[in-house]
Amino acid sequence: MEILVCVKRVPDTSENEIELNGAGNDIDRDDLVYSVNEWDNYAVEEALQIVDKVGGGVTVISVGDDESEEVLRREMAMGADKGILLSDDAFEETDGRGIAAVLKAAVDKGNYDLILTGAQADDGAAQVGGMLAAMMDVPFASLVNTIEVDGDKLKIGREIEGGNQEMHEISMPCVLSIQTGINEPRYVGIRGIRKVASVEIPTMGAADLGVDAAAVAARVKRADYFLPDLGEGAEILEGDTDEIIEKLIELLKAKGGLK
Amino acid sequence: MAQIFSYILHKDGVVDDTALELAAAAKKIDAGATPNAIVVGSGDSLDAVCNEMVASYGEVWKVANDAITYPDAEMIRKLLVNILPADSILLFAHEHLGMDLAPGLSVKMDSAFVSDVVDVEGADGATLKLVRQEFGGAVSAHVTCDASQGAVMTMRPGAFAADESKGAGGQVVDKSAEAGDLAVNRKFLEIVEAEAGDVDITKSEVLVSCGRGIEDEENLEIAFDLAKAMGADVSCSRPIVDAKWLPKARQVGTSGQTVKPKVYLACGISGSFQHMGGIKGNPFIVAINKNPKAPIFQVADVGVVDDMLDFLPELTEKIEEL
Repeated sequence: MEILVCVKRVPDTSENEIELNGAGNDIDRDDLVYSVNEWDNYAVEEALQIVDKVGGGVTVISVGDDESEEVLRREMAMGADKGILLSDDAFEETDGRGIAAVLKAAVDKGNYDLILTGAQADDGAAQVGGMLAAMMDVPFASLVNTIEVDGDKLKIGREIEGGNQEMHEISMPCVLSIQTGINEPRYVGIRGIRKVASVEIPTMGAADLGVDAAAVAARVKRADYFLPDLGEGAEILEGDTDEIIEKLIELLKAKGGLK
Repeated sequence: MAQIFSYILHKDGVVDDTALELAAAAKKIDAGATPNAIVVGSGDSLDAVCNEMVASYGEVWKVANDAITYPDAEMIRKLLVNILPADSILLFAHEHLGMDLAPGLSVKMDSAFVSDVVDVEGADGATLKLVRQEFGGAVSAHVTCDASQGAVMTMRPGAFAADESKGAGGQVVDKSAEAGDLAVNRKFLEIVEAEAGDVDITKSEVLVSCGRGIEDEENLEIAFDLAKAMGADVSCSRPIVDAKWLPKARQVGTSGQTVKPKVYLACGISGSFQHMGGIKGNPFIVAINKNPKAPIFQVADVGVVDDMLDFLPELTEKIEEL
């Protein structure tokens, strides 16, 4: 089975506090630590586990600037066979639909049975997988948390409310967006990264892909970032730890929090 | 402006809370509009849902189809493409059906798409001014959406105050005959119910809940020690279940359990909307987090800015001394 996994380089929220810049119109991008989008990492692990069972290859692909190469390399160190970078100035200001259109053009140049994305990324939009499937005219399932290969079909589970799971049979080719927790992504050591450090990663731009300006013209644009006025928020307990604990215990007693 | 339609979620004849939230959102997009509703499904309960919705929507488009015994996104997407005007503004709830259905629908309708909208600031011609959140709620963003060729949007459940005015005086329009071909390459099989856990946190009056701030599986002991001292149960947020440190039955959130305790101690939990969506009944929320900017402090009653790994053992010790 040939599997393509779409990955994105994002600010790592476990390594950074996301704050506004001085002008208050963008996040503070100085000294941000970037990594692969967490959901995408689960998707790559899932692809590797499927190929381990049924054979085939895993290609990782990203739309981004040159620095996205390090993310592709990291996923190749996990075991992905190939990496492809889709990079062009024309892609920089596009929206989710434009990203899906760029990926669609790259998918058309390959021959994939299964395409995986993360369920969402840093912007929480959860949109590219579903759009890509619609552009390819193939079935889609989101929030996937189990995959079982059954001949040319897959039996998949979707995470719905209350910890319940919605089971489907889905034909290939198809696009699935992967939820965290589907597996335990393998650790990537520095040695693994070194092994793939000199593997060539082909880069394709708009002309290579045949993507015109109209396909990446954004209809949805972020105007700015801001911090909303959220009213009072929590009463922050002040003082040294003993004082805070004393106040907290009184409050817990009053609210029925201590039995 | 184009017609606005809300997709109504319903189950066994019961309308989801988001139905009236979408009505409110539609009025924020266009105060003068009478938004319409779409009710899709099969069986006897469909008419009851439609009849309830005429109080809040102008036209309620009913689509009864025997193939749709379960709300399957792949089928419903095809159906909506077949019946809807091309330049419509379509509103869905941002939950598992909307997330499955809406992005692809926007492509098929050749419309703009915006997901997880938390507020609507208005419209300037065909340009919608919307508010979203990014980075797990750490920052908000103003977003513009060119809806001149239509728009598909998913709205965050709970973000819009339900429109309870119920003065629409609408009517049911049966569109069942226009559903068209619904053959798809994905087949719904069944719902697998969640496994019951060793503790039923939905019944707990006091919860010590831990998130990423626990850092390591071994540190869970700290939370269990505090819970024991307080007479509480231990619950958690999603990353703890993803890491397989605690079973799914202990996860609080929209994809986990809905809890209604009296007191909720959120320890090392950032406070994403998916997590907060699982907390009902307006409990007294105490947030303990070393990041003073964590979104949890906006929704908690009381906050302690400290590392839970330092603070919890000290709190446990003091409670044990009582």
